[in-house]
Amino acid sequence: MAAVTKSGLDKNNKYDRQLRLWGDHGQSALESARVCLINATATGTEILKNLILPGIGSFTIIDEHKVQGEDVGNNFFLSKESIGSSRARTATELLSELNEDVSGDFIEESPSNLIENNPDFFASFTIVIATNMDEKSLLQLGELLWNLHVPLLICRCYGFIGYIRLVVKEHNVIESHPDSTHEDLRLDRPIPAFVTLCDSLDMSSMNKKDHSHTPWLIVLYKYLQQWKDSHGGELPKIYKEKSQLKELIRNGVLKNKDGVPEDEENFDEAVRNVNTALHPTSVPSDVQKLFKDPACLNLTSESRPFWILTRAVKDFVEHEGKGALPVRGTIPDMTSDSERYIKLQSVYRDQAAKDVSDVTRRVHKLLQELGQDEPLLDCNQFKTSSLLHSNPCSISEKDIKTFCRNSAFLRVIRCRSLKDEYNPETANVTLIGQHLEDEDGDDVVFYTLLRSVDKFYEKYNHYPGYYTQQVESDITELKACLSKLLQDWSLSSTVKDDYIHEMCRYGASELHTISAYIGGVAAQEAIKMITGQFLPINNTYIYNAMKQSSTTLDL
Amino acid sequence: MAVTWSGRWNHVRKVTERTGPFAHPDFEPSTETLQFLQEVCHILVIGAGGLGCELLKDLALLGIRNIDVIDMDTIDVSNLNRQFLFRPKDVGKTKAETAANFINLRIPGCNVTAHFAKIQDFDASFYRKFHIIVCGLDSIIARRWINGMLISMLSYEDGELDQSSIIPMVDGGTEGFKGNARVILPGMTACVDCTLDLYPPQVNFPLCTIAHTPRLPEHCIEYVRILLWPKEEPFGAGVAIDGDDPAHVSWILEKSQERANEYNISGITYRLTQGVVKRIIPAVASTNAVIAAACATEVFKLATSCCQPLNNYMNFTDIEGVYTYTFEAEKKDDCVACSQKPQNISFCESDKLQDILTYLLESTTYQMKSPSITTAINGKNRTLYMQSVKSIEEKTRANLKKSLAELELCSGQELYVADPTTPSSLTFILQMGTKME
Repeated sequence: MAAVTKSGLDKNNKYDRQLRLWGDHGQSALESARVCLINATATGTEILKNLILPGIGSFTIIDEHKVQGEDVGNNFFLSKESIGSSRARTATELLSELNEDVSGDFIEESPSNLIENNPDFFASFTIVIATNMDEKSLLQLGELLWNLHVPLLICRCYGFIGYIRLVVKEHNVIESHPDSTHEDLRLDRPIPAFVTLCDSLDMSSMNKKDHSHTPWLIVLYKYLQQWKDSHGGELPKIYKEKSQLKELIRNGVLKNKDGVPEDEENFDEAVRNVNTALHPTSVPSDVQKLFKDPACLNLTSESRPFWILTRAVKDFVEHEGKGALPVRGTIPDMTSDSERYIKLQSVYRDQAAKDVSDVTRRVHKLLQELGQDEPLLDCNQFKTSSLLHSNPCSISEKDIKTFCRNSAFLRVIRCRSLKDEYNPETANVTLIGQHLEDEDGDDVVFYTLLRSVDKFYEKYNHYPGYYTQQVESDITELKACLSKLLQDWSLSSTVKDDYIHEMCRYGASELHTISAYIGGVAAQEAIKMITGQFLPINNTYIYNAMKQSSTTLDL
Repeated sequence: MAVTWSGRWNHVRKVTERTGPFAHPDFEPSTETLQFLQEVCHILVIGAGGLGCELLKDLALLGIRNIDVIDMDTIDVSNLNRQFLFRPKDVGKTKAETAANFINLRIPGCNVTAHFAKIQDFDASFYRKFHIIVCGLDSIIARRWINGMLISMLSYEDGELDQSSIIPMVDGGTEGFKGNARVILPGMTACVDCTLDLYPPQVNFPLCTIAHTPRLPEHCIEYVRILLWPKEEPFGAGVAIDGDDPAHVSWILEKSQERANEYNISGITYRLTQGVVKRIIPAVASTNAVIAAACATEVFKLATSCCQPLNNYMNFTDIEGVYTYTFEAEKKDDCVACSQKPQNISFCESDKLQDILTYLLESTTYQMKSPSITTAINGKNRTLYMQSVKSIEEKTRANLKKSLAELELCSGQELYVADPTTPSSLTFILQMGTKME
């Protein structure tokens, strides 16, 4: 990442507010991303806007259309003067103004031509975003990108309805940034150095100040030992037992000369944390699933670094880790004097570092077995993490550290292919059926309607309700298309006429604010794919702006 | 001057000139709806930042031409990653004017009027001009103030709310990957103060931790900011910290590092230092786009009735997948801002005035910022405590330590409280005897 922008601004300043979300390595991944947009519709340019502003490397717009009057009406990145000229060119020009550090180009060609004549063209992109493509070309593109392992994001706005579909064979997430997590404190299987630290402290001989500044983690550990001693070495499990432990801790609060308990915040904290801190140390089920994944079990020289690391961690868990993941190495803030808090923090940090070195050894071993161990590269601060690439030789110490720290939050997304979704034999009809049966009028009904309007378009070459004088007759036709679709899926569900009416009212109109909403959501999904951080949708998102509600489902 | 071209409004006209089963019962499909949007409808956008830039674009592309925008800020480099109407050459210019000029140039016929000002610079006669007010603010105080203003403009006849005095407020807020959008019909549905508990209280580190037992790098930075800066005055007497001045931040960074070293604390960086000093909230283009779009859609629905408006609150987050949660926030019967009921507060005679002040600051219901308290004794107004004017603050400060009895306040006494969170003062009725929890 260059430190200054083209006009000499400090990038740390310009991108400050987002660097706090995805870090320098996330930014670096963004800056080397190549994004392809098919069709510079309002939705398409809004998505690109939200990717150009945070600073992707480059974008390419594929659009064969000339600008129409109605395009300028809903698209901020087209102008009245551009009516009749290339939509790809005008959008590229106006979008490029947003960020001098992003390069943009365009191709005035139809995507289906490119797919047919130059399929390799798409291989160089980090992600492809498609808007307003007809079903046939979309399926072709889906197939092509699926085999190239290039993620595809399909976006569409139709009246008050928005739709996003992510298509990617496999996507690995190391830094999923979960919103709330259990701390990794291991009170049920304490770190040896932690035990030593606790044993070195005798609370009964402490003065008032030291007593009330002993970190709650240590207080809790001490009373837990007392509890275990009187309960055959067992930890408190049920509510009643935990309450008894809390009482035991409360009784430990120092009393003044009149026998009144002092105000000891650390003891309050210890009591408050009994429930969460006693959460047993375990490998989360999502991660256990990864350990059983064939990609983890059967490594080859083609394996992604993610799987090599997952395997190394699995092996660690089964050996050095004695059933537990590498220690995360962080503790929450708590009432304490500085010295003992820092000591306590070091105990966890040091153990985490030791676990990282054990995992590193295992990574080496695995690479050797795969015949490709080379010296680990030093990862300089702004280098894109190798974990986003497919070359396992470049796994760095820093990557291993990040991986270990996040090992409880690893996630893999495997989307179903478009082909499977569109083939009635393999479509997820059970799920669609369940949603359609929902009495409250579920947003999934709009998915079936979007599919139906495409069938309609295929038949009549215009969308239902596109021409005002045909709205009424189109309602009947759209209903027929929907029935046909449901029949193909062997679903006996019915869809209320109201929804069909509403769909025909829209007449394929693309309202700017629906585009802007989907533009925001889709851009963020693209950023997730590019940075390998945060968890993308799997795989279809439907937005209903009438109710401001939305649903995600796996189709 | 007719500024249009063939097909320009095709997309919007589909929903304004046709009706559907989900339209508002009052909706009449007609070409007049678009005409209303273009010629009559007057919208106020408060804030020309992350949400404001998006809102202006969104509203303009839905056909709304008469828009005013208020913002008191100038453009900073760190705005450029999302406030897409601004360029590097605009740094230092006013947000309101730069944004308005850009929209007026890009969207023919659009007429955005800029106000480089604070919302408090305007009174009811200004706010009454608008059909709908939409907020893209980062300050809860400002939100509460405009909320209070719109409530103060309501008129009641025989206790019945005059519907024509209602100006709907659409409010958006974002923080990182989270955001919310809501529709408020002042006097009818939950207002900002009805749902104050939805805003998390600001987290401050205890002073004793900062001064004596630092454990985190943040504690060290706060030590320098709160204790060391006023003592050392490194850039001259009375010079306040400017979080955008690299010299200031560097000084704080260096001193924080020294303190951190002393306690073996690691993790002090320039970014963290600036984040703590400026209380920076992370922000990204995508979330702003989402929330502004939802708000603008609601403005469009309210202005045209082409669809039922949001009822009335939507939360959004896209860290793990994409998630929205829509619910009806409830109007509070005894809301300090919109219930029209005087607030009862209970204290003992031995309680000090300071106790009342602390209560107003800390209670989740009121969350005031710097309340001033006056009362009337035997028909004469008496200032008990006032913060905003320095000389009066000095004169009334001694009252804080006095008990309510010493101040001759008795049960049933009306206290009038003014605070930056509200444009008009609030009436509290003092109940003596039972102590508040």
